[in-house]
Amino acid sequence: MGRTTAQKIFEAHVVDRPSGDVQVIRLDRVFCHEITTPIAINDLVARGRDRVFDASKIKVVIDHVSPAKDSNTALQGKILRDWARRHKIGDFFDIGANGVCHAIFPEKGFVRPGFALIMGDSHTCTHGAFGAFAAGVGTTDLEVGILKGVCAFRTPKTLRVDVKGKPRAGVFAKDVILALIAKIGVDGATDKVMEFHGPAIDGFSMESRMTLCNMAVEAGGTSGVCMPDAVTVDYLWPFISGEFPSKEAALAQYGQWASDPDAPYDAVVELDVSGLEPVMTVGYKPDQIKTVREMRGTPVDQVYIGSCTNGRYEDLKEAAAVVRGRRVSPSLRAVLAPATTEVFRKALDEGLIKTFLDAGFCVTNPTCGACLGMSNGVLAEGEVCASTSNRNFNGRMGKGGMVHLVSPVTAAATAIAGHIENSPLFRG
Amino acid sequence: MKNFMGNILFLDRSDINTDEIIPAKYLTENFKEALRPHLLEDLKIAGFDSGRDVKDKAAVVSRANFGCGSSREHAPWALEVNGITIVIAESFARIFRQNMFNCGMLAVGLPAADIEDIFKTFSPAPARLSVDFAADRLTVQGAGREKSYAYNIAAFDKSLVEAGGWVEYADKNY
Repeated sequence: MGRTTAQKIFEAHVVDRPSGDVQVIRLDRVFCHEITTPIAINDLVARGRDRVFDASKIKVVIDHVSPAKDSNTALQGKILRDWARRHKIGDFFDIGANGVCHAIFPEKGFVRPGFALIMGDSHTCTHGAFGAFAAGVGTTDLEVGILKGVCAFRTPKTLRVDVKGKPRAGVFAKDVILALIAKIGVDGATDKVMEFHGPAIDGFSMESRMTLCNMAVEAGGTSGVCMPDAVTVDYLWPFISGEFPSKEAALAQYGQWASDPDAPYDAVVELDVSGLEPVMTVGYKPDQIKTVREMRGTPVDQVYIGSCTNGRYEDLKEAAAVVRGRRVSPSLRAVLAPATTEVFRKALDEGLIKTFLDAGFCVTNPTCGACLGMSNGVLAEGEVCASTSNRNFNGRMGKGGMVHLVSPVTAAATAIAGHIENSPLFRG
Repeated sequence: MKNFMGNILFLDRSDINTDEIIPAKYLTENFKEALRPHLLEDLKIAGFDSGRDVKDKAAVVSRANFGCGSSREHAPWALEVNGITIVIAESFARIFRQNMFNCGMLAVGLPAADIEDIFKTFSPAPARLSVDFAADRLTVQGAGREKSYAYNIAAFDKSLVEAGGWVEYADKNY
């Protein structure tokens, strides 16, 4: 019988089966940021175990509050920075060269098909876009990962998502994943890997696939997964061209990690996107959505474009096309946080930053910042934000604030209109 | 092994997320103890007041998908520094459940009917919980009544609780 991507990765990485369906697997990567790692570091030091399993497999970034906003966040950065230096971790990205973890680590080519990786961050599921098993974990799992390079999981079940049809113009990966979460609910994929299939997914860029996989956890999913294909190889080619004689050879090897045609699935869900309109969340859970058309005119105090979901170059480019030559409505303010330094640089070189500045956007440095109410665009009590981020929990962007999750083009159109609005790209 | 006995905090809602358990603005704290005053401070449930209701509790009883959202282990830590070492719910988000066992704490899933029975029989009056860890049974007492419920946790999770957490378990085995 065939195997799913997750089954193949687990079989290739298992080091122990302690009991039941639990497998302890070897990790190819352990990613770290300054919010969840310092307490692990302090604990390792307190235990007299200040070691790392393999400095070349640990990648470190300061991203959540960048640059530090107060003494506490400065201390978190310092603990991480000192630790990275002490253990000669080469891939440490400090402010000035940093970016939101789930945007910068793929951008640096750190994720490959068939990898198993963890990070102390729930949106680690993003990296499954490369045909990897990528799971968010807590600080204790991270600590053991840093020390021993292993992590324990119940053998994940796989939910196969068959995306039918072709999205209409103006409908993006963000709309697709919001529609899917609404269909299966916020615990519809708990303890499962969400595996995405269909011509629409095949046609998505790696950036769109990352947007899709990023929100797997909002349905409870352990990891998102897309099948490695020519798009994956093209994205990775600058990093792997020395390892393979040709792209075809890379594809042949990476393709082995794709699920077999007769792989067993624990559940299958279909989503037809051919009639899908741009959507947005309307409550405090990511599965509560309405079409943007139904919500047109809803007042908004702030527009936020950024985050590990939708702060990549492609997102900025789509949003800039809507913003170009127009002005942000005086009834609201708009914030753009390019997800990484490289995204910022490219957007600057290509003139996108000027487009946003001319329109009246506040352009900030790369950081997670406002997405979780930490910095750079926190809401006041009673305020509403149309945001390209991933969580609309009550108070997420600031106590008493409300978030509508939208795609970058809906965010851009909303900024111009001064209230919730569809982009001109979508002709309903 | 931790002690799993004491007063129950009833949280009668599904999908309580880790932002509600401990808001992100406190993730800049580098010591667990600093989380103590902020447990559940942003949770909106009619009649619930975190400043009043969290005190002297050792257990939480809630509904489905408890602990969804952010992976922050600050959520179990915020419970732990307030003396709460066991959460009983219809179901859990994966990362939260794993974080609980990784800290040597208990995340016990019960069938929806049992959870409903606990709420109907005991909430919102004061009630106490005790756990017979070896027998996989928990007992709730309150308002002159006592009821016992069998539960199932994975053998691996049980061994994490016995070891005191995943660091201790992994140290011995890997």
